[in-house]
Amino acid sequence: MDTPILEMRDIEKHFGSVVALAGVSIEIHPGEVHCLLGDNGAGKSTFIKTMAGVHRLTKGQMFLNGQPVQFSSPRQALDAGIATVYQDLAMIPLMSVTRNFFMGREPVKGIWPFRFMDMGFCDRITREEMKRIGIDVRDPGQAVGTLSGGERQCVAISRAVYFGAKVLILDEPTSALGVRQTSMVLKYIDMVRKRGLGVVFITHNVRHAMAVGDRFTVLNRGRTLGTAARGEITADELQNLMAGGKELADLSSELGGTV
Amino acid sequence: MDRNSLIEAAADERLKHASALTRIFRRPELGAILGLVIVTVFFIAVANPVMFELSGIMNFMAPAAQLGILAIGASLLMVGGEFDLSVGSMVAFAGLIFAACVVTFGLPLPVAIAVAFACAAAIGFLNGQLVIHTGLPSFIVTLAFLFVLRGLSLVGLKWATGGATQLRGVREAATDTPLDAFFYKLFAGDAFESQFAWLAAHDWIAKFPNGQPKVTGVPVEIIWFVVLAALAAVVLSRTRYGNWIFAAGGDPNAARNSGVPTRRVKTSLFVLTACCAALVAVLTVLDAGSTDARRGFQKEFEAIIAAVIGGCLLTGGYGSVVGAAIGAVIFGMVLIGLTYTNIDQDWYLVFLGGMLLMAVFFNNIIRKRVTGER
Repeated sequence: MDTPILEMRDIEKHFGSVVALAGVSIEIHPGEVHCLLGDNGAGKSTFIKTMAGVHRLTKGQMFLNGQPVQFSSPRQALDAGIATVYQDLAMIPLMSVTRNFFMGREPVKGIWPFRFMDMGFCDRITREEMKRIGIDVRDPGQAVGTLSGGERQCVAISRAVYFGAKVLILDEPTSALGVRQTSMVLKYIDMVRKRGLGVVFITHNVRHAMAVGDRFTVLNRGRTLGTAARGEITADELQNLMAGGKELADLSSELGGTV
Repeated sequence: MDRNSLIEAAADERLKHASALTRIFRRPELGAILGLVIVTVFFIAVANPVMFELSGIMNFMAPAAQLGILAIGASLLMVGGEFDLSVGSMVAFAGLIFAACVVTFGLPLPVAIAVAFACAAAIGFLNGQLVIHTGLPSFIVTLAFLFVLRGLSLVGLKWATGGATQLRGVREAATDTPLDAFFYKLFAGDAFESQFAWLAAHDWIAKFPNGQPKVTGVPVEIIWFVVLAALAAVVLSRTRYGNWIFAAGGDPNAARNSGVPTRRVKTSLFVLTACCAALVAVLTVLDAGSTDARRGFQKEFEAIIAAVIGGCLLTGGYGSVVGAAIGAVIFGMVLIGLTYTNIDQDWYLVFLGGMLLMAVFFNNIIRKRVTGER
């Protein structure tokens, strides 16, 4: 098997006396979607924030292409090619699609003090990149607030891809979306995988995970309950793992098998 | 699945084409331009036609320019998501520092100007750091400085003058060397005097019977105002720093996650706003030849109102420098324009409040159009 782009080994994170992560290990391979499942409070958010450089690890090791690394800021992780698309913090609604797309990495031309943002270039790239994913932004000057939730996620993802992400962390990209919007985002995740990126897809929806995932890791109470490859595990088994097994089975029989 | 079918699948998600009208409606300055048209039409109909002669225009543009310089700083800061309520007091405080340097300490004019700007910048920096590190709303932090700086101005004036709240003799002390006189011309008096004399000589503009033009030049504050407004407008809309201002005001978390140094951006905006106040202080103190503790009184509110009329949202992330500058011109027009009518000038305050309400109302509609909120 090839070396993983990103490997997290026995990650622990404590907040004071609270143990948020108690030894989590996963491997992210290029061209694979690694689904990270877990119920609320399982430690998914804390875990991806350690990957993204927001939190420092209390214990454990991180390897990027086999080399040990340590991130002390989101910027460092970003520069190393680990991009995170947060569910709610991805875009600024009042700013135009173009301005959002290039936010923080605006291309400039000219010599100071006449160094201006290259708006023509920005608009063109934004329109092209949006077109690649099937969103026809005829006017990149329109505010992101006018886009649908799914389109916003797609803009955020394509921005990360355009700026050279090798590992893409998606924090519940589908949880606030309707069915059609969700399928649009899932299709795009599939496209990103085919371009050879490693994708970490955080969700608590097993069906969304099964739709695109190559590998599934379930987190529960700050621990990994194990990783399974596609075909080794069924949706029901995943669902049970996430909910802690027995309780859900009991509840399911009480409710007549609807959960 | 290949790309074509993907595009087809998403075809019904397509965005509507933005018409020219939508584009116009998207401009934050729209409300201010409408306001300017309404006010101009009103005064053309009601006021003595002298108001729109060259001398009348200079009359209302001078106070508009002073307010406008403050409004430029205020609008950039508002787009960046913060307020500064201390700019009015800052005008008094920087004026005191400046006048004390010139009169009490007898420093050369350029040094005094530099000291005034440095003090203002330092307080602006402090404002910014306090807001960022305490996480308190800038409204509260700068409200505190509104009182602190006003108080310091009073105390300082009494100390510098031996008990009075007015410090005179700035003009005399500021023009005693050739170097001073050179800087004096940059910050006081009229610009383009020879050009105006030439225009009068060729009968292009009105002149007195003795051949002197009725308007001897453009007051320097108007030049400062126009140049700064143009500069700030270009910076906000066309540079990387401008994009960072929008981002920092729109959503600081999203901006930081995208690599925008929001803290540095916000701090620099506080410094810039304070420096705008210092510039107004230098201009007005040299113009009047004295400073007093009431200088800049309530200017912070007028500057914010001008910015709001200009399309700045109170929540940050959206607005325009050009709009704020137009807002300041509307102010000047009404303040001075009323003296060209039979209307009691104190209606000015009523107008101020009414205009603010209308602008906020209008801005809300615009924002909903822009973001597609329902």
